[in-house]
Amino acid sequence: MSFEPKIIGFACNWCTYAGADLAGTSRLKYPPNIRLIRVMCTGRIDPEFILAAFARGADGVFIGGCHPGDCHYMAGNYKAKRRVELLKRLLAQLGISPERLRMEFISAAEGAKFAEVITEFTEKLKELGPSPLKAEGGKE
Amino acid sequence: MAGEKKVKLAFYWAATCGGCDVATLDIEERILDVAAIADIVFWPVAMDFKYEDVEKLEDGSVDVCIFNGAVRLSEHEEVAKLLRRKSKVMVAFGSCACFGGIPGLANVADKEQIFNIAYKETVSTENPEGVTPQTESEVDGKKLTLPAFFDEVFPLDRVVDVDYYVPGCPPAVERINDLVGIVAKYAETGELPPKGTVIASEKTLCDECPRKREEKRIKEIRRPQDFMPDLETCLLEQGLICLGPATRGGCGARCIKANMPCRGCYGPTAAVRDHGASALSAIASVLGLDEEAEMTEEQLTALIDQIKDPLGTFYRFTLPSALINKVVRKKEVE
Ligand code: SF4
Ligand code: SF4
Ligand code: SF4
Ligand code: FES
Repeated sequence: MSFEPKIIGFACNWCTYAGADLAGTSRLKYPPNIRLIRVMCTGRIDPEFILAAFARGADGVFIGGCHPGDCHYMAGNYKAKRRVELLKRLLAQLGISPERLRMEFISAAEGAKFAEVITEFTEKLKELGPSPLKAEGGKE
Repeated sequence: MAGEKKVKLAFYWAATCGGCDVATLDIEERILDVAAIADIVFWPVAMDFKYEDVEKLEDGSVDVCIFNGAVRLSEHEEVAKLLRRKSKVMVAFGSCACFGGIPGLANVADKEQIFNIAYKETVSTENPEGVTPQTESEVDGKKLTLPAFFDEVFPLDRVVDVDYYVPGCPPAVERINDLVGIVAKYAETGELPPKGTVIASEKTLCDECPRKREEKRIKEIRRPQDFMPDLETCLLEQGLICLGPATRGGCGARCIKANMPCRGCYGPTAAVRDHGASALSAIASVLGLDEEAEMTEEQLTALIDQIKDPLGTFYRFTLPSALINKVVRKKEVE
């Protein structure tokens, strides 16, 4: 059987979550590997959530937020972006590929972009294979 | 146990630098209060007791065990379990016992890598046969044993149940005095604080820091050796990575008062599971924000690249108790 990566997605209510909805209602096809969690703003995504997702066996974590200038809480998306960039460096130091963490700006109108990004990300994770943390048998 | 009987205390050091034992003596004359209320039944750094002496004690007969150091060797685990069995109250004393501490940074490597460097690769090592410590070996027909070196470092509560935590590298004298007060009250009334209590502040270090803060953003990260920070302004706002916003208070801001940023030895606040994640979050939040909308990917990368070692910076004292508590064995990236 081929490897099916597990992706945890955090999506902003005002943009990417609605974009995902639009992808669904427009019957756009994208892989079923992602479980989306709705948040009120990407600025509310604590880096701890992302590490917890990896620690519990996620192969990839996706974050979808509002385009620059569009965040409803001013700068939540920029904050999230900086956290993600720093987290990527941390993941690399932990021996985990930073490509397992991906952030994109996707608006409510961009259902097609959502489907594309998730398809691409799923492919990327298939290439990378299972998260190396799984082999460690996780200790929570 | 009201009044007449003295409390029985045990001290132990596992993977430690010895600083926590020294800190215990820093309480100066209060050590006499301790002597007045307590009998010390075990204290390897100061008194000549053997593990056998502890084994002979009745289970539960030691009132309080004050344990410093992380768990690096099988010996540490065995003694932790022995002392847990013998003691009514187990205290994780110091950042090493609470979170893994500085020795916990060794979790960036496993046993094999550490042995290779320590016993084979360092320039000053001459070891042509590549001998490394073995748990069992034979010398002149006799079997010799050594404790096993674990693949990773653990905080104390990963091997035994812990009742109280006294964080700090080492804990501040005022907080050690608080612990003495707790032991004294216990001797007198038999009362103890709720299990799991962290003997420190419930707030962040920023809360007890005397410096002025203006919620300014920082564009450039500077290091303590590069300039002389002004004494009144928040160090983070002067560009130093200060972990005060993500670190539990209780030390009295002692580094800050010496004009040095906080490196996080008091660990996370009560609401937080992963200290490094919350420190990373706090620092990412204050990094250059003003003209953010126009910031290019390259500028963002340059900004973030100023933090040379996120793992060592944000998990300096807490890697073994992090959500991802060691570097993965099969690295995907170098
Ligand atoms: S907490 Fe600090 S002072 Fe105490 S043993 Fe560990 S390294 Fe030494
Ligand atoms: S960041 Fe550091 S210097 Fe600034 S207020 Fe907090 S503890 Fe004090
Ligand atoms: S200022 Fe920070 S690093 Fe210094 S003693 Fe306090 S908690 Fe520890
Ligand atoms: S409201 Fe969508 S990212 Fe802030």
